Amino acid sequence: MIEIKDIHKSFGDNEVLKGISGKFEPGITNLIIGGSGSGKTTLLKCMIGLHHPEKGSVTYDGRDFTQLNTEERIEIRKEIGMLFQGSALFDSMTVEENIMFPLNMFTDQSRSEKLDRVNFCLERVNLEGKNKLFPAELSGGMKKRVGIARAIAMNPKYLFCDEPNSGLDPKTSIVIDELIKEITEEYNTTTVVVTHDMNSVMGIGDYIMFLHQGKKFWEGSNKEIAKTDIEELNDFVFASRFMKAAKDKF
Amino acid sequence: MNFTNFGRYILLLKAAFKKPEKWKIYMKAIFQQMEFIGVGSLGLISIISTFIGAVMTLQIAFQLVSDFIPKTIIGSVNRDSTILELSPTISAIVLAGKIGSAISSEIGTMRVTEQIDALEIMGINAPGYLILPKILAGITMVPMLVIISMVLSITGGYLGGTLSGAVSPTEYIQGITTDFNPFTITVALVKAFVFGFIITSVPAYEGFYVKGGALEVAQASTRAVVVSCISILACDYLVTGLML
Repeated sequence: MIEIKDIHKSFGDNEVLKGISGKFEPGITNLIIGGSGSGKTTLLKCMIGLHHPEKGSVTYDGRDFTQLNTEERIEIRKEIGMLFQGSALFDSMTVEENIMFPLNMFTDQSRSEKLDRVNFCLERVNLEGKNKLFPAELSGGMKKRVGIARAIAMNPKYLFCDEPNSGLDPKTSIVIDELIKEITEEYNTTTVVVTHDMNSVMGIGDYIMFLHQGKKFWEGSNKEIAKTDIEELNDFVFASRFMKAAKDKF
Repeated sequence: MNFTNFGRYILLLKAAFKKPEKWKIYMKAIFQQMEFIGVGSLGLISIISTFIGAVMTLQIAFQLVSDFIPKTIIGSVNRDSTILELSPTISAIVLAGKIGSAISSEIGTMRVTEQIDALEIMGINAPGYLILPKILAGITMVPMLVIISMVLSITGGYLGGTLSGAVSPTEYIQGITTDFNPFTITVALVKAFVFGFIITSVPAYEGFYVKGGALEVAQASTRAVVVSCISILACDYLVTGLML
């Protein structure tokens, strides 16, 4: 479980996060949603240590990440898998080398063991046989799937996804969402997904935290989100014509 | 570089020189960088050095018109200026353009495409993995390139001088072998070592802290070359002042 308490983060005079708290449980898909500039990516980066919050704590199963030294943080990071918005695959490496990279760095497995793990991860994301391709040869959806394969290569306890559907067509988005949900349930990972995609919210949002102007405005599940009377949340949820039409109809 | 930048540069180097997670992987990266910096620059350095040597001989011959000065001086002057200044400094400035911009744009692109964040999230020391192999390759390969440059420049001087008739083969060879001080080679190698460090570490710093997109990566590349060249010239003066 990941617990955040009273997270504050500013960039110069701009206070982006204004005291956010919440709990992200394992085995369910936790979503952080909000409009552009609401602070969701900043919150994610504070959670994984790419930004340092001015105030507050981030606790990974009882270990306060903000209070740890560099070596202790590295140990936690070995338990983290991350899917970046732009996939962040290493350009100079093939798909196989990308997925094998953390295994090479942190395990003493033999080459055949590592290759087995790579093939397993590729199979898990439906990309069997794409080992020797370079990132430049992959489509956006394939890159995301390789990103997921790399993220799960080390059997992470915590999985973070930053806008996993950005730039993808609706069908591929659903594939990625389902993959994230399956992996979360199968390996009981604590998964945190940052998104503003309503399809993801309705499809995989077991727990949803809604941010607006750097504050937590609402939390709940996808079953509850359409029934609230919070104006800011309704403005976000029903901004899409599809969602608005669905609401008017039912 | 202002003081803030210099402080960040030192801190980045401190992080880069931390103990590697796995030497085997670092060694592979070091050899790749050695190939890129050393073998990849060999052609360019060879052409530049040969021509500079040839031109130097012609220009020295043009300036030494007095009958009281023996023509063997042409070889001596060419040898000393090549070893002490032209080979280390010109090679370093050319390499700062070729290698420096490549290092800065490679690391800068990795920064803006979140590849460096990905390394850090995995628990890998990104400065160590990305910068240390480049610095180690730089400080070993640049001195080797400078040695090759010296040989080719002096050979170029021989070819240029003898083919144009500015100096006879015997006079040139007598010139380059007379009163040779081996300490000049030491000075040149110290310079090459320092320049190799600058050529790799300064662009790595510029690339590592890029913020923004393609435009900022390009600007960082330009800045990396400019700062490297100025640093090379400043260190050239310092090393010369301290050692000679």
